[in-house]
Parts: sequence; structure tokens; C-alpha cells
Amino acid sequence: MTNLSAPPTVNSLAKGLTSLSLGIGVLMAVFIVAKTSSAPMAFHGYIMMLAFALGIFAVIKFGSRDNGRIAAEKSPAGVFYNDGVIKAGAIAAVFWGVIGFLVGDIIAWQLAFPALNFDLEWTNFGRLRPLHTSAVVFAFGGNVLIATSFYVVQRTSKARLAGEIAPWFVFWGYQLFIVLAATGYVLGITQGKEYAEPEWYVDIWLTIVWVAYLLVFLITLRRRQEPHIFVANWFYLAFIATVAVLHLVNNMSMPISFVEPKSYSLFAGVQGALTQWWYGHNAVGFFLTAGFLGIMYYFVPKRAERPIYSYRLSIIHFWSLIFLYIWAGPHHLHYTALPDWAQTLGMTFSIILWMPSWGGMINGLMTLSGAWDKLRTDPVLKMMVVSLAFYGMSTFEGPLMSIKAVNGLSHYTDWTVGHVHSGALGWVAYISFGALYCLFPWLWKRKGLYSLKLVNMHFWISTIGIVLYICSMWVSGIMEGLMWRSYDALGFLEYSFVETVAAKFIPNIIRAVGGLMFVIGSLIMAYNLWRTVRGEGDAVPETSEAETSETSEADVKTVPAE
Amino acid sequence: MSLEKKPKKKMSFSHAIFEKNPIILLVGILITVSIGGLVEIAPLFYLENTIEKVKGVRPYTPLELAGRNVYIREGCYNCHSQMIRSTRDEVERYGHYSLAAESMYDHPFQWGSKRTGPDLARVGNKYSDEWHREHMNDPRAVVPESIMPGYPFLAKADLDFNLISYDLKANQMVGVPYSEAQITYASADLKAQLDEYSDGYDAFMERYPTAQVRDFDGNPNKISELDALIAYMQMLGTLVDFSIYNAKENNR
Repeated sequence: MTNLSAPPTVNSLAKGLTSLSLGIGVLMAVFIVAKTSSAPMAFHGYIMMLAFALGIFAVIKFGSRDNGRIAAEKSPAGVFYNDGVIKAGAIAAVFWGVIGFLVGDIIAWQLAFPALNFDLEWTNFGRLRPLHTSAVVFAFGGNVLIATSFYVVQRTSKARLAGEIAPWFVFWGYQLFIVLAATGYVLGITQGKEYAEPEWYVDIWLTIVWVAYLLVFLITLRRRQEPHIFVANWFYLAFIATVAVLHLVNNMSMPISFVEPKSYSLFAGVQGALTQWWYGHNAVGFFLTAGFLGIMYYFVPKRAERPIYSYRLSIIHFWSLIFLYIWAGPHHLHYTALPDWAQTLGMTFSIILWMPSWGGMINGLMTLSGAWDKLRTDPVLKMMVVSLAFYGMSTFEGPLMSIKAVNGLSHYTDWTVGHVHSGALGWVAYISFGALYCLFPWLWKRKGLYSLKLVNMHFWISTIGIVLYICSMWVSGIMEGLMWRSYDALGFLEYSFVETVAAKFIPNIIRAVGGLMFVIGSLIMAYNLWRTVRGEGDAVPETSEAETSETSEADVKTVPAE
Repeated sequence: MSLEKKPKKKMSFSHAIFEKNPIILLVGILITVSIGGLVEIAPLFYLENTIEKVKGVRPYTPLELAGRNVYIREGCYNCHSQMIRSTRDEVERYGHYSLAAESMYDHPFQWGSKRTGPDLARVGNKYSDEWHREHMNDPRAVVPESIMPGYPFLAKADLDFNLISYDLKANQMVGVPYSEAQITYASADLKAQLDEYSDGYDAFMERYPTAQVRDFDGNPNKISELDALIAYMQMLGTLVDFSIYNAKENNR
């Protein structure tokens, strides 16, 4: 499917089958709306109806211009890369990112000033917190991963993305998943399992989308013109495949009826808890780590214009990381009713996990050997390097907190929240921002970003925000952990619970201010990227001859090809 | 770095097999990530000592189950744990450490991961219904420093229990030992738990001998979501009789 002389065409059989499937989807949505007793479910039925109907319309119209040829530009490598869907993913990532950060900051203020819950069901912390976590992890992170993986797999394989409708189905299907999940939480539809809140029918929809994602990725790899599968793709593939397994197992449940949103999880109690944290910790391990390491292995070398530090280290890094992460779940359940042997096993592997994590960090950081001077001139590279520093910090803190004695203090406290955010803001968001700052000029064929000064401003505002966030949560977390276990001279517990709540007022405000700075930073980024798309400032449009030439064959194994 | 440019493997096994075939790579990944989960999780389903042997744990009454669903819907688990750890301060603050047996019918479990508010595993019978009503309506009316959102809408909302027998049925299908009678009379049982003078009272007590029966929200004219939520909270952690619990026997 590569090196064609003309742009690709759309297979009319695929068009027919997709329209038919979406048509069946419309009928099912109509059935749900007609039969359900739940108003939020009926609302979801209407959303699905509308989405599937628009889908049919789009599929029929797809490629109907230019004699069924799809508008695509031939790259210097002679491949018609599918960049449209990547552009869409990159824009969606920025959009959901800003929303997710904003909701996060709103609920941070709620913890300092409870009146901000407004005594309403749709705005209380309990419903908005899943909205925040899903928006940042799945909507922002997920779109970054879809966009970057589609970019990287094409460039490093020198092949066009498999299928014409399928990648768009993955993108729009995923957005539908996000909308159903998010509106569901606000309206009170939830499974009540952290990071796995969407109900059974939304889970089924995500499964369909995810299988399409896996197939697009695998078939593109099969069509590659390079002899080896590039390292970043191993990580992307591990992310896609493992998340599929986690999602399927943890979300097994029995709906009370096929037209009602409510379901009951297949697992209960202690088995449910370990299954959930096997899922939850590997949502961190595979969604927020393996996937974003895929970004690191392509974008850091590309931006620094240096090969990956050690190919052998990346092999060891890859297999040891994916083998060890899976075991770490039980460290979320120390001193609970989970049997001791499982706790100890989880702790042991969590500590060992420190090694591959730092192996990956070293591989990323050392890639800058001979290019460290670029940190002075390139704030985008600076952002990615700082993301690796945060990655190193939080993957040291994680094993530390998984030690039972430390966990006894840190568990249930704000320390955990701070730890998560040093990883999520410092590592995941920063490597994503770096990738987005690279992708926008590349995709829209601009010579650079609208303004590097604004990137620098974004960097400093949000870095100070992250530091405020993490430090305030260390203070409040360790403080409340110590207060809970503090005894007075007579051997009684020294503090009532609510005294520990009151003591966190100032740290809560500092955290919310830090979060606000992070939101402001993301708005600066959105503005900068928008001006870049419009070709303003330093983002002058590239002429096709000015494009960078292909890397030589000899570098293929160590440098991302393009 | 130049050394790494062309990695030559001297081992008989070459990593190139994974680098050249996406299907082999995928299979390798799936095998590698399966091991940990299989070794850690699978035994919990067959090792008999995973769940302690205790007396008293029973499936939720229909009203309690409906209350639990309100608890889940409002996302209470985001701030409240239901898992007392086996440390001295927790046992003194909240009561006996939680047993696996106490959540064996919880689909899903609600152990939680964060204590923005206190643990609720044994909140049952600790406060009066009146206190809970005030607290849900305006948390700061009873605890001035509290940062909990107010839930005044729960007392005003009619509890929707048209499909409550479906809820019990689904629970039965995932392993909760509800009897056919409990499923058939779920709706009647839900109403009976709110009124000890109702016709269904005796039959209800026969099906759920240890349940608490009264009008929980203080408004006998209405079956509200608050009725269900308080009924659920007032039974949390009260089922096991710890005077006859043998901790040594259940050491895992």
C-alpha cells in the first residue's frame, strides 16, 4: 500500500460494511431510548443515535470527491502518509487537556472551599473527580497517544496507516467514548471503580474501538518497509495490547437489563480489589508509562537530533518494564484484608520496578549526550528533558511508597495525590506538551512554532505550578498521616479526624494555586499552537523542497526514520 | 554511542525475531504481561483461606442495596475508604480491622484509596439517623470544619426502585446467594424495611433476620434516596460478631 504513484482510494466494501454496522448501532440506540426507564440512559441513547447517524453520513461522503481518491501529499520518502487523523488527534488532545486540567483545578478549590460544590448533584466533588481523572488520563492522554502512535508508526515504518476509514473510526469512536463517559459521571452513571468508572455499554463501545486501534497499528507494522520494528512501536504495541487485556478483565460485569445503565461487577470484595488495582496500577504502567515511553523513544532523539543512547538498554528496558509492572498492583492494598503473601509479592516487585524505570530514564536523558547545549535554545527539548527528570523522581518515589512501612503512613493521604501528580503533570503532560510542540509544526508544515518565547513562558509557569502542587501535597499528606497515628501522653489518639481536615486548609489552597498555574500554562500552549496552525510569527509555511531529507539506512535502528 | 549503531548479538537467540514480526512481538508481550497477574490474582479465587470464616455476613437488603447504589452514584468512594487497616491507630479510631469476609458480597468493592473524609467501614450505628439527616443536608451544620459537599437533594428525591428485583437478580448471577423469594419480593421488602407496622414486616424479617427496620429519613410519607442511603450506612460494619471471631485461625 506504499509508494503508490497516486493517492489511495477508499474501498467501497469497507464503506458499505461500516455504514451497515453503524446502521445497526442506530437501531440499538433507538431500542435503548424506547425501552429504558433511566433518563440519563435515554440521553446517552440519543447521543449514540446522533453519532452513529453522522458516522454513516461521513462514511458515505468519504472520498467521494477526486474520483474516490483521498487528498494526501506524497512525502519525500515516497509515501502518502495519513496525517489528517493525526491532526485531529493533536487538536483533540489540546482541547481535552485544557478541560481536564480546568476541572481538576475546580475540584482542588472545592477541597478548600466546600461551598463551591453548590449542593447540587451535578457539581459535587464525588461526580467531578472521575470527570477530571478520565478527562486527563483517557481524553488528553489517550488522544496524545493515538495521535503520536499514528505518526510514529507511519514514519518509522515508511508506510501509510492501514485502512482509510478505520483510523478515523478509531479517532471518532474514541471521542464518542469520552463524551459518553464524561456526561455519564455528571448524570450519575458510574461503576464505582476508580479509573474504570464507565458503565458496561460504554466499556463495550471502547472495546470495539480499541480492537480497531490494535488492528490498524498491527497491520501498519506489517506493511512497513523498514527491516526492523522501531523501539517506540514496541512500547505502543505493549500499551495497546495490555490495556485491552486490563480493560476486558476488570470491567466484566452483569447489567441488570440491556436497556439500563446499572451493572454489577463480576468480582466482589478482596478479589475485586486486587483485580481493580491490577488494572489501576497498570493503567499507570501501560497507559501513562509504556505509551508515553513510546513518545520518548521517538520525539526525544528526533528533537535532539541524536540517536538513542543505547539500543541494548532499550531492549532490556522494554521487556523488564512490561514484565515487572503487572505485579505491582497489591501495593495499593497494604495492611488491608488482602492476604499478606500478595501484599509482600506486590511490594517486592514494586521495588524491583525502580530499576527498569530508571533504565528508561537514563536511556532518554543520555540521548542528549553531545546535544545538551540545545537546552539553552530549545524550550521544547527542555520540557521533554524535565519530563524525564520528573519521571525519574516519581519512579523513585513510587517504589519508596510501596514499602509497607512507608505505605502505612502515606496510604489514604494527600501524599499519594502529590505522587500521582508529579508523574501525571511532570512526566505525562510534559512529554505530551513536548510532542505536541513538535507535531503541530511538522503536521501543518511550518518551519517552527509561532513563538518559542511563549513555550518558555508555558514551561516556567507550569513548572512552578507543579512544584507548588507536589510540595503542598507532601506537607499535607505527611502531616495528616502523622496526625492520624499521633498519641498523647496518656496513650489516647491525639487528634480527631476533623482536626486533620482543618489542618490541610493552607496546603489545599497552595495546591489549587499550583493547579491554576498549570491551567494557565496549557492555555498559553493552546494559543501558541493555534497561531502556529495559522502560520503566524515564526511558523512560516514550509515549501516542500525545504523539508528535511531522509535519514540514511545505516541509522535506521537507532534513529527514528523519516 | 557509535558502538551501538549496529548491534551484533553473539547469543544463539536473537532479539531480531521480535523486531521483525509484529505478531511474534504481540504474542511475546501478551505472555510477558500475563505471568504476574496469573500468579497474584488467580490464587485468590481458589485458596480457601482468602476469605475468613465468620458468622453474620449476609447479602444486602433491597433498601440497603439501593442505598449502596446511591453511595456509588455520588462517588463517595472518592473521599471515603471502607477498609480499616490492621494498625493500632486505625483499630482504635475506627474499630476492628476490616475482614475480607465483610465485603464478600460487594459488587463492586468500595474499599477506596483516599481518606479526605474518615473511613466508613464501621460507621453503622455510630451516629443517629437524625445526625445523618442533618449531616447530609448541610455537613457544616454538625461538623463546622467539614469540607464535604452538601447532599440536600437526596431527601427530596423519590427512590426509584421499580427495577430493584432486577438488581437482586443480577447480584445473584454474579454469585450473591439471594434466594428466589428474596428476588421475587424485593420491592415489598424494600418498603417493609421502612415501617415495622407494615403488612410485609414479618415476611421481611424472616428473609433478613438481622436487618434494622425504621423510617430512616424521618419522613414516613416518602421513600427517598436518603432513606436508602442511611439504611445502608447504618448497617456498615455491623454484621460480624467479633466476640466469637477467631483471629488466629484466620491468619493468612
